Order: sequence, then C-alpha cells, then structure tokens
Amino acid sequence: MPSALPDGEAVPSDGALPDTALTSVGAHGFGVYVHVPFCASRCGYCDFNTYTATELPGVDRSSYPDLVVAELALAARVLGGTAPPVRTVFFGGGTPTLLPPDDLARILDGIADTFGLEPDAEVTTEANPESVSPASLRALRRAGFTRISLGMQSAVGHVLALLDRKHTPGRATVAAAEAAEAGFDHVNLDLIYGTPGESADDWAASLDTVLGSVAAGAADHVSAYSLIVEDGTRLAGRIRRGELPMPSDDTAADRYLAAEERLTAAGLSWYEVSNWAADEAARCRHNLLYWSGGDWWGLGPGAHSHVGGVRWWNVKHPSRYAERLATGSPGAGREILTADERHTEDVLLRTRLSSGLPLDVLDDAGRASADRAVLAGLLDPTAVAAGRAVLTLRGRLLADAVVRDLLG
Amino acid sequence: MPAQLDPGATDPQRIRNFCIIAHIDHGKSTLADRMLQLTGVVEERQMRAQYLDRMDIERERGITIKSQAVRLPWTVREGDLAGESYVLNMIDTPGHVDFSYEVSRSLAACEGAILLVDAAQGIEAQTLANLYLALENDLHIIPVLNKIDLPAAQPDKYAEELAHLIGGKPEECLRVSGKTGSGVAELLDEIVRQFQPPSGDPAAPPRALIFDSVYDIYRGVVTYVRMMDGRIEARDRLTMMSTGATHELLELGVISPEPTKSPALGVGEVGYLITGVKDVRQSKVGDTVTALHRPADEPLGGYSDPKPMVYSGLYPIDGSDYPDLRDALDKLKLNDAALVYEPETSAALGFGFRCGFLGLLHLEIIRERLEREFNLDLISTAPNVVYRVELEDNTEHVVTNPSEYPTGKVASVYEPVVRATVLTPNDFVGAVMEICQSRRGKLLGMDYLSADRVELRYTLPLAEIIFDFFDQLKSRTRGYASLDYEPSGEQAADLVKVDILLHGEPVDAFSAIVHKDKAYAYGVQLTTKLRKLIPRQQFEVPIQAAIGTKIIARENIRAMRKDVLAKCYGGDITRKRKLLEKQKEGKKRMKMVGRVEVPQEAFIAALSTSDAPEQPKK
Ligand SMILES: Nc1nc2c(ncn2[C@@H]2O[C@H](COP(=O)(O)OP(=O)(O)OP(=O)(O)O)[C@@H](O)[C@H]2O)c(=O)[nH]1
Ligand SMILES: C[S@@+](CC[C@H](N)C(=O)[O-])C[C@H]1O[C@@H](n2cnc3c(N)ncnc32)[C@H](O)[C@@H]1O
Ligand code: SF4
Ligand SMILES: [Mg+2]
Repeated sequence: MPSALPDGEAVPSDGALPDTALTSVGAHGFGVYVHVPFCASRCGYCDFNTYTATELPGVDRSSYPDLVVAELALAARVLGGTAPPVRTVFFGGGTPTLLPPDDLARILDGIADTFGLEPDAEVTTEANPESVSPASLRALRRAGFTRISLGMQSAVGHVLALLDRKHTPGRATVAAAEAAEAGFDHVNLDLIYGTPGESADDWAASLDTVLGSVAAGAADHVSAYSLIVEDGTRLAGRIRRGELPMPSDDTAADRYLAAEERLTAAGLSWYEVSNWAADEAARCRHNLLYWSGGDWWGLGPGAHSHVGGVRWWNVKHPSRYAERLATGSPGAGREILTADERHTEDVLLRTRLSSGLPLDVLDDAGRASADRAVLAGLLDPTAVAAGRAVLTLRGRLLADAVVRDLLG
Repeated sequence: MPAQLDPGATDPQRIRNFCIIAHIDHGKSTLADRMLQLTGVVEERQMRAQYLDRMDIERERGITIKSQAVRLPWTVREGDLAGESYVLNMIDTPGHVDFSYEVSRSLAACEGAILLVDAAQGIEAQTLANLYLALENDLHIIPVLNKIDLPAAQPDKYAEELAHLIGGKPEECLRVSGKTGSGVAELLDEIVRQFQPPSGDPAAPPRALIFDSVYDIYRGVVTYVRMMDGRIEARDRLTMMSTGATHELLELGVISPEPTKSPALGVGEVGYLITGVKDVRQSKVGDTVTALHRPADEPLGGYSDPKPMVYSGLYPIDGSDYPDLRDALDKLKLNDAALVYEPETSAALGFGFRCGFLGLLHLEIIRERLEREFNLDLISTAPNVVYRVELEDNTEHVVTNPSEYPTGKVASVYEPVVRATVLTPNDFVGAVMEICQSRRGKLLGMDYLSADRVELRYTLPLAEIIFDFFDQLKSRTRGYASLDYEPSGEQAADLVKVDILLHGEPVDAFSAIVHKDKAYAYGVQLTTKLRKLIPRQQFEVPIQAAIGTKIIARENIRAMRKDVLAKCYGGDITRKRKLLEKQKEGKKRMKMVGRVEVPQEAFIAALSTSDAPEQPKK
C-alpha cells in the first residue's frame, strides 16, 4: 500500500508557482526526477507509489512515457525559461527498468529537449537486478544513462525471500558487472539490514558480496538502509500479527556499525548517513541536490518537486494523474516554505552529510547544543572547532536526536 | 393546602422531620421519587428517576453524593389520623462510605430515620453504620424493606434479620417498592404516626442549625437550616453565632422541591436562607444562626468538620493552568467542606496542590469535576494517608506528602487506623479473614446477625483499605461482602519511605510510605512499570527504589543506540520535517528529571490510581 501524501494547500490548476519561487531557479543546481510507478510484484516491506497491474484505467505501461512528456511540457510552461540546464536526472520507482530502454530514452530525450542537459550531467536509473540484461544495459548507456542503482538488498537467500525479492542471491553483483561492462560510470548497490531472521553473519556476507563487486571495479557506491516497517505494508501486518518479530533498534545499530567498519576498511567512505562512495565522483549528485536545497521537478504520479522554496507533490494514482494532466497540473498539494521551515530542513538535511552543517546557520542555543553534542560524543570536535557540525559514528546513529537538539 | 400548613405558620405538631438512610444502592433516592409523586410536589410529567440527584456526576454514576431536603405535604390516608394534613421534611442521603459525614449532618436535622434495606440483599455494612449513627442521634427508626417487587426479594428472611438487629417484631417492618410505589403511602402514614414532632420552643429567640451550605453562581451562598427554636422572619438581620458576624437576609423559603420563598420559618421547619455572603465559609455547616435583635445565648451543638482521610497531589498537565486550578478548587470548596488543599511544588510535576479527600470516590469525583466543569487536564499523584513521624530529637512531623518525610533519625511512625465492619455470608468468613490478615488487620470481634450473615470487626491500617481492598473483598466473596469503616485513631507501625530514583535523582511524585514488608514489592512494581514507560535516552538510565541509601530494587533503561531515519529521498523531506516539528512539540511536553526526559504520559500512566502504590497480591 503506498504511503499517504502530506497535507498542504491546493496547487493552482495551471500549476503556476509564485513569482518569488522563480527568481533564482537552480541556484543550487537543477534536477529532474522521473517516477515510474510499476513493479512486477509488490515487495512486502515497500510503501512506494507503485502498481503491479499491467493496465490501470487510462494508463498502461506503453503509454506512460507520453504522460511524462506531457508533464514536461507543463513544467516548461510553469518555469517559463527560468530553469538552467539540468545537472542531474534520476529515474526511480517502482521499477523504471520494467519499461523498455527505448521508452526511458524517450523520456530522457524529452528532458534534454525541454531544459537541456549539462555536459557532464548525471543520469541515474534505479533497477531491479532481475529486470536488466547486458543488452538492456547497453541500450540504456547508449541512451545517455550514466549511473545505475541496483536494488540488491541482500546476498542471502532467506533474507531475499523474506523481503519477497525475486532475484537470486548472486544476481545483483552480476548485474553490477554487466552495467560496468556496458560502460556505466557509476554503479550503486542498495542494501537493507535488520530484516527479521538476518544474522550478523548474513549481513557480513551481504557486505562482503558488495565489496567483492567494488573490488572488481563494478560497484563504486553502496546505500545501506535499516528495514523500515512502514504502516499499511504486508510486513507491518505480519509483525502486528506476531508472525515476525519487530526489527530491533539495537540490532540495526550493530548492523550499521558493521557496515561502516567493513565498507571503510575496503576504502569506501560515508558521505550521508546511509550512503558510502568509493570517491567523491562516485557520490550520487542527484541525492546531494535533494540534501543541499537544490531545485528539481518531479515527473510522474506521486512525484515530489521543489522549486525556490515551494514543495509540491502530484496525485498518486496513475489514472488520476493522467486525468488531471489532461486539463492542467497533476499537483495534489503544496507548501510554500516559511523561513523557519527552510531552516529546519536545512539543518535536518545537512546534518546528515559528511560535509556537515555550517554552525553559523544556528542560533546561540543551537550552537550551545552543538557543544553539548561534542561532549556527548555525537559531533566531531575538530569539525565543530572549525565551524561545522559533523556527526561522529555514534552521532550518525542518533542523528535525529542531534538535529532536534540543534533546532532547540 | 390549609393555611396552617404554610411555611412560617406551621404548627410544629404537624411537622415530621426524617431522613432516609441505607446501604449504597438500596433505593433511597428511588423511594424519595415516589414520595415526591405521591405528595404531589412533582408532577407526573416532570418526574425522572432519582429526581433529587441533580448533579451531572450523580446522574451519570447513579449515586447520591449530596443530601437533599424536601418539604412534602401529606394527608394521612388510613387509620385514626385519616384526613389530617401534615408537613414532612424528608432528607435523601448518600450511601457511600466516603460521604457518611453527609448522613451525620442530615441526622441532626431530624427526629426520625427510615432505615431502608434492599429485600434482595439484606443488611449490609452501611446499613449497620448508618443505623448506629441514627441511634447515636436518638432518632426513632422505621425499618423498611425495599424492592419487594424483585423476584429475588426475600422479605420474610430479611424482616427477621432487621427485627433481630433493631428489636421489635418482623411484622412491624414495612415492605415497599420504590419502583412500583407499592407500600409508599402506608409508609408516609406511618411516618406521621411514629415519628415525633419537633420539640423546640416557639417563643424562644431563634436558633437554626446550618446543615448544608451551597454556593450557587446565580444566588450566591444558599444556607440550609433546620429551625430548632423560635422563628426567623423575612425582614430579620441574622447573626452567625460562631463568629458574631451579621448578615442581611435577602430571601428565605422552603424546598418543595424547587426553592419557594416564604415570609418566615417557624420552629421545627426546614428551609433555606440567602444572605449576601459570597463565601460559604461565612455560613458554615454546623454553625447556629440567630436573629440580631432577638439573639439566642447558647449555640446548638454543631458538627465537627469532616477530616480528610487520603491525600493526593493534583497538578495541571499544562503548567500555565495552575491559576485556573486554584480558582476551580476555591469554587468546589464552597460546596464541599471536606475538600482541603494547599499549594505544593514537585520537582517532577511542577506547581500543584496537595489535596485532602474523604476517600478515593471523593478524590475521583473532585478530579472529574475539575476536569469537566473547569476544563482542566490533571495528573494526580498516588493517594496516601497522613502519617505522624516522631524523630529521635523529639520533634514531630505530620506527613501528608511522602516526599516530605523527615530526613532525621526516626523514633517512631504512626499511621491512621480504622475500625472496619465487614458483613458477609457465612461461607466467605475464611476468605474475608485472609484478606484482612494479609493487610495487617486485627480481629476485634465476630457476630452472627442471622443464621448465615456474619459481622466481622477489624482494626485495619487505613492505608491498607483505601486502595483495592474493597475490590478484592468483593471478588473474593462473589460480591456478597460489604464494608464500612470509621477512623479510630492511629498506631505505631514499621513503616518506611521508599524513594524512586531516576538516574540517581529522586522523583518526588513516586515516593511512598509503605509497610516494611511491602517496600520491596512496591519498589519492584514501580521500577518495572517505569522501565516500560520511560523511553530510552542517549545514555543508560538506572531506575532504583531505595529506602534511605539502601537500594532495594533496580531496573535499567538501556541507552538508545539508534535514532535516525535511514531513508531521506526528495519525497521524504516534507514528511520528515513534519515529523521533526511534531517531535519538537512532544519535547515541550517532556519533564526533565535531572538529565532524563520523561514524557508527561509516563507520569500519568505510572501514577494512574488503578494500580498505584498497590501492594502485592499474596
Ligand atoms: N426493582 C427495583 N429496583 C429498585 C427499587 N428501588 C431502587 N431500585 C434500583 O436500585 C438502584 C439504586 O437506586 P437508588 O435509588 O439510586 O439507590 P440509593 O440508595 O439512592 O443509592 P445511593 O444514593 O448511591 O446510596 C437503581 O438502579 C434503582 O432503579 C425497587 O423498589 N425495585
Ligand atoms: C525506490 S526503492 C526501489 C527500487 C527498486 N524497485 C528495487 O526495489 O530494487 C529504492 C530502495 O529503497 C530501499 N527501501 C525501500 N523500502 C524500504 C524499507 N521499507 N525499508 C528500508 N529500505 C527500503 C530499498 O533498498 C530499495 O532498493
Ligand atoms: S521492486 Fe522496489 S519499488 Fe517495487 S515493490 Fe519492491 S521495493 Fe518497492
Ligand atoms: Mg441516592
């Protein structure tokens, strides 16, 4: 079951943004997100906005690119030439690679035609390991994709089974090798830890498998997420009925420490709480744009956008999306951020980064909290002395608490 | 109605003052309903069940909390007095033990009492207690069996029991149904026949006993009196004999059952007075009212103020409501002499009041009224009794709040005890004795009231019975046992103060004074409870129970190791910010105990009276 959208004010039917939002679009970079709301089957833990039916009223997979291209035209009208060329593109899902590479290519071309792409633009697609082949990867690479993010989750059979994943334990790293072979610049592997029944050894095995791929020169990036039990998912139901234990925070903390230890030993370094990269170039620039106040337009049902301090989100259901798009904006709601809200976001997002938060954005109470966090071992003393709040390893595990304190 | 029955002009020979007393729920208010109807003071269409239970809380709970007096005209229907008209002043009283002082007040305004007994239940503990109270006041008793319409009624059996208890013959016991009205007219006739008319001196200077004093937002203080001697006229100025203060009389009258003005109140009558006073303390229950220009010399014997039996701290959940809480308590106090309170501060709960109550029902009702009528959200600390502590340096301390237990070397500690009466069917005597013994009871005596009903008398520490004693008694006797108790001094006991420490800091709201043998159980119970209620902190938090410096129980809240959301995509940002804003709001509702953040809810849950400092079930 897809999660609920936030509450917000209505989006004008033509999608128009307030003038104030349009004064400096892309000052911190401009990106495009493309949501592809289809999956072959629904994983029990997942609450993303995705659908397994091949045909939904008014939308089928083959006509989906047309819808996205139609929203692109709306974006061009709304932004009216204020947007600079696109620095990063991210196709996420759902499972974008459930669409033929040509369709993804059409959408990417549409983006390039509408806004232009920066010469070294990062173009990522998410992919399920079983949904790609050497041929499809080559086709994507030819179409202009530079980066791929593979939903590996685990290298252990029983963990994959509990997560309802369809690929075999070995498939993800093979796909990573195929992607590298096809010429992708960057390859990410997504991992989930803390799955019920996953032992410390299982997790170590998954990490080692990933590191094998890194050593082989295929993957250069790892995202590791603790399993979140989202309301309304099948997983949540099984836990509520007592069929599965609730993942424990203590286990999650142990797994995180194990990940940090192994990944760092292998030469990767963290740059965001859940993300590690082989080098600076391997960091996901699209996500960094999210985390550092950048602007982006999110295309597709349920996609979120941010332009000049306005956040909005589209209606979730593809049929509704198609319907709304036919007459105007598919926006379901939006919020015009106040200065306070922007500040909150700034602190909450940047504190999670290895580059940290400049202390001068904080008020006196916030700076005092930073000093206390140093004493508590949550912020790095050298960085704080140099004017930045950077989490220690323990601090990363308690990042939300640190953020609450910094915001007073 | 004949003019000689008008208020202020009634011949005392034609007045009968009585109250209805009974065990809780035996049907006093329902019988009163039938009397209101039969005497014609309430019309059929205005009638509703338990008409005199006017407070919302009385109606919701189906119990009487305050006594109510009503003037009823009655023309005798049968026998030698048939056709003669009388004025009956009837007082409906509460049955719950917490409000027995209301009964005593009412008794002093009457010459007779109807002792009502549920014919399906028989004599119960408050039947006895209220009977003894009435006898001490020299009242004539008419025993009446009620609810004879019930299929389970055993009137013959219980008439026997009553006759045995009061003396007289089983046939003399009247049988009525408050529900159907059967027997009620006969009862009213009997009241005229059996009860004495009031005996005061009509020519003497007026003396009126204040038996109730109520604050009404529209009319100010309304004072209910029983004229003992003389008369009070509408144009009199009044003097309160305890203080000598004089008041203008703005209005006087009788309740029938709505207030009805009258020109005067004559000897033997029951009615109300309204003076300009704004505070019931100027018109105190038990005081004697006289007239400024015809003053009486001697006041009537009054009542002693009811003494609080249990104390509890009341704190507003929102600290800024403190002034409102004070105002609300001041207002409730106007109608409730038994409520006492003093400001206190708690490190854990902030500013509040230490309040004294007659019992847990009284506490519950006050708390509920504060919350409902005054819109306050409150935390109440675990109720406790009052202790007297003597230190080795010969100083003495009265402890109404366990956290104020003196720190010096204790010579001895005294706790209040009660004389408890338990009535139970034969079969459960063993169970009752077991319960009483496990609560440090001392058996005083045991009597058979009838072949299968036993009265057990115990001395018990008050602290042992105010919490769940009654529930346990009921459950172990399948609901058959009943309990009554009255204060009976104090006793030295092996009591200790147990403190609860959070990360080394004592939390005043959780300190309790308990018997030495039960200290460990209390410590374990509270530390376990708190471990479950207090969220993990960034550091390990020990929760300890201690007697002085000796730790008797310990739990640990392990340090929180993870507090971070793993995923933060573009679409998560709004959600995450809102979550953070909510958490920040939540943080404002946290109370700091040293460095430990304790959610308000944890205090509330840990203090919830349902299983507050309850002792272990053995
Ligand atoms: N069947 C039957 N039920 C009765 C009779 N009298 C009272 N009741 C019921 O007994 C219950 C208690 O009646 P009340 O009149 O409120 O009793 P009370 O003695 O005033 O109670 P307190 O004021 O709380 O002590 C109610 O549910 C009445 O309906 C009766 O004669 N017959
Ligand atoms: C948009 S999702 C899905 C991408 C792709 N469909 C797949 O599953 O491989 C991207 C990543 O989010 C992570 N994820 C999704 N749901 C999660 C959950 N409930 N808890 C933790 N991580 C989750 C998974 O690692 C997943 O690969
Ligand atoms: S494949 Fe990915 S997007 Fe689809 S249901 Fe599974 S986790 Fe969710
Ligand atoms: Mg009643």
